[in-house]
Amino acid sequence: MHSWLIHLIKLLFPPQVLLPDIIGIDIGLTLSALAIVVYLTKTHRWGWLWKEWLTTVDHKRIGIMYIIAALIMLFRGGVDALMLRSQLIVPNAHFMGAQQYDEVFTTHGTVMIFFMAMPFFFGLFNVAVPLMIGARDVAFPRLNAISFWLFAFGAALFNISFSIGGSPSAGWFSYPPYSELQFNPGVGENYYLLALQVSGIGSIATGINFLVTILKLRAPGMTLMKMPLFVWSALVTSTLILFAFPPLTVALGLTMLDRLFGASFFTLGREGMPMMYANLFWIFGHPEVYILIMPAFGIFSEVVPTFSRKPLFGYEAMVISLLAITFLSYGVWVHHFFEMGAGPGVNVFFGLSTMLIAIPTGVKMFNWIFTMWGGRIRLTVPMLWQLGFIPTFVVGGASGVMLAAVAADYQYHNSYFVIAHFHNVIVGGTVFGLLSGLYYWWPKMFGWKLNERQGRWAFAFFFTGFWLTFMPQYFLGFEGMTRRMASYPAGLGWGGLNAMSTIGAFIMGIGFVILVYNIAWSRLHPEWDTTGDPWDGRTLEWSLPSPAPAYNFARIPEVHERDAWWSLKQAGKTDAVKLSPDQVEPIHIPKNTPMPILLAASFFVGSLGMVFSWHWMAILGGLGVVASLAWGSIQDDTDRELDPASVLNTEKRLGRVHP
Amino acid sequence: MLPRHLRRWWPLVFSPLVLSGCGSEYVVFHPAGPVAATELHLIELSAAIMAGIILLVWALLAYILVRFRDTPNNPAPYLPNWRGTLWLEAIVFGVPVLVLLVMAIPTIKKTYALDHIPSTHPLIIDVTSLDYKWLFEYPRQHIATVNYFYMPTGKPVLFQLTAHSPFGAFWIPNLGGMEYTMPNRVLPLWLEASRPGVYMGRNANYSGVDFWRMTFYAHAVRPAAFQAWVQQVKKSKPPMTEREYRTLATHFDLVGQQSYSAYPSDTFPERFREFTIEGLHYVPTRHP
Repeated sequence: MHSWLIHLIKLLFPPQVLLPDIIGIDIGLTLSALAIVVYLTKTHRWGWLWKEWLTTVDHKRIGIMYIIAALIMLFRGGVDALMLRSQLIVPNAHFMGAQQYDEVFTTHGTVMIFFMAMPFFFGLFNVAVPLMIGARDVAFPRLNAISFWLFAFGAALFNISFSIGGSPSAGWFSYPPYSELQFNPGVGENYYLLALQVSGIGSIATGINFLVTILKLRAPGMTLMKMPLFVWSALVTSTLILFAFPPLTVALGLTMLDRLFGASFFTLGREGMPMMYANLFWIFGHPEVYILIMPAFGIFSEVVPTFSRKPLFGYEAMVISLLAITFLSYGVWVHHFFEMGAGPGVNVFFGLSTMLIAIPTGVKMFNWIFTMWGGRIRLTVPMLWQLGFIPTFVVGGASGVMLAAVAADYQYHNSYFVIAHFHNVIVGGTVFGLLSGLYYWWPKMFGWKLNERQGRWAFAFFFTGFWLTFMPQYFLGFEGMTRRMASYPAGLGWGGLNAMSTIGAFIMGIGFVILVYNIAWSRLHPEWDTTGDPWDGRTLEWSLPSPAPAYNFARIPEVHERDAWWSLKQAGKTDAVKLSPDQVEPIHIPKNTPMPILLAASFFVGSLGMVFSWHWMAILGGLGVVASLAWGSIQDDTDRELDPASVLNTEKRLGRVHP
Repeated sequence: MLPRHLRRWWPLVFSPLVLSGCGSEYVVFHPAGPVAATELHLIELSAAIMAGIILLVWALLAYILVRFRDTPNNPAPYLPNWRGTLWLEAIVFGVPVLVLLVMAIPTIKKTYALDHIPSTHPLIIDVTSLDYKWLFEYPRQHIATVNYFYMPTGKPVLFQLTAHSPFGAFWIPNLGGMEYTMPNRVLPLWLEASRPGVYMGRNANYSGVDFWRMTFYAHAVRPAAFQAWVQQVKKSKPPMTEREYRTLATHFDLVGQQSYSAYPSDTFPERFREFTIEGLHYVPTRHP
């Protein structure tokens, strides 16, 4: 054999990807991919897939694709978590080697934050925000598709590191100098850097898109202070993304220059300043956790009023709190490294600014509770997630305040106390919120509801498992167990709590399996939502049929009240959303285009070239990016007109035309 | 459904945790020196305040869930148009503000307090984290050890921390909180042991595959015993050569405990930029 071929094989398949479990999963994935290809070919669905989904610019379909991708990534990140917990169930377990353990906690964190939580709520933004503000699409539909495909190809790039070349292993925040070539010579870290950059471009574009959509495309009469809270949360999340991602881009870009082009921004030798990376990363990283939690706050602010049959308590205070959190979140990043020698003045400043965030958050907590006061609480599945959220999140918030007490943090830092804290807020806040939103808007996405009974079981398992997993971890922190330990010796007294935690993780896993079963079962036995308003909702998306037609609103509604749809229902004027035949106008909707997927695929090819330092391939991908952008810029006919007759027909079929 | 569910499960989850909180494996709860004790006070204070908030929220939620369920003939008042009441919103805002004030003041006080070494002549130990071992150098006694060290009880020790490896974190939970070790920088941390004992420390920051095996032992002994130990190391142990230092620094391996009667002078970085013993916050002379 040629020596270059041997070299190539060694590069693509280093020992770390030749472990039996990885090869087994590779085979399983290949077989499933083949099965999907065969299925699509046999049922002649390639054209359908291309026309209806891969080239779509419809926000509702993009939303659905985001959510499907996020659920797959939740599965991947969840399996990672179970592998980590299995390793720690007893002292001295060596189910995985330390190197593999390091890779698994790195991919667990990165996948869950960048490829599960963010796309999940981008999906819910896409599904709900335009419908809630009475818009026909987002402001830039093609950019929206570009965002999705950049995320999808970024996620694909990150995930193939599992099979080809080796996974990154420097942790989700990837501190140099450990992430530099000297200590981390494989290609895994390159995958991390490039995948986050590619999907990061998509995230910034999504931020811009929703910012403009919400500021410019609201229905007449919907002033800012009449917007649903979920729309407010999308607005502040977009703002956060816009200002938080650039520092991450810089940090990743400089690390990339170090690794690929021999620079020394953060290296151990040659006067590198790894501390600078810590600052840049957390200037992004702390707003990022609010990027993760704000959408959940928004979802709960919709779910609680709906299922309490009562308007939100203290709407103005809720809005001000969101804005206050947004502002404060940029001034707290040093609390991630009080132990890096900043001195008491700086540390105390950042400790107190962190505590300040607890004020608006506490206000929100009490406002949700008082929204339920004097209401009529229905225990539907979305509401159960919300009711699980309040007692859980208050613990996570409280431990967050404890961490902000600087001198105490010297003992908590990097210990399992921190692990417990951030899972308490990210799982108990973000994931509970996303699942609440999933059940809530599911009928609006697909036209059928998810089975309630199975949903309650999924919640019960996930919730119980959550508490059993993470409460012991606070105490493990007090026992001196630090994060990322690939194993631990007997005799430290850590065994019992770790075993408890692992059992809890598997109970959460069962909860996830029930969730998937719930989706599949409900698809096969659909409970159709014929009214478009299955929950007796309050906001405009429930005034539309489920699922909404491609153009959403045949006639843009006029808004007079905060809970626009609820007030129409109260006044008995629900017919106001119906059309008279003479009111129908032609509607412009954007045309499908393959440009976004081609652009993202070019990014993928170029990035893969960068990962392996194959410069010809990087240049090829770069040319593809330029070509896609150029082609996109000279396209003239980007939208098409739906003629009034066909709109009227559709609306008639949906029973939304005055006789 | 939920409150009953909670009532049934919480004691089961918590009682074993709380009861076992007294065991000696809870290193943070067993301070062996003033730094760890100060930190524990702050932990206890904040935990108590936060427990109050948590219980308040749980109780409110449970009450509301029982009272305002959507059941037929529920006698509780239904207020479909209640959007807020100013005095209630003021309380909702005021409670977190008050709670945080109560927490902020001790946080400020203790953080500043921990920053001043209560001695003009602390024992100085230069600490370097290496892959995957700890090097301890005594600049005044001119001896060095690997993966263990001795310190006298009742006397503050100033650890000057650096790394010749990726970031590490120096943590002896019984004696006090951690501080990072970073390449090209020197960071200070002071700790003190009030009673003799052997306290385990570890690298609390991920710095490579074997970082979690980077444990070391702090032997706190009476001052006379400490002096005796220093003399014994000086007399009976070999000096560390340049070559031995390079081997320690560049071989990514685990080693046992070692002792040296001397060490090369240039193995610890100069401190002119980052901090000196006469530096800004750690000035024994300015804060006697």
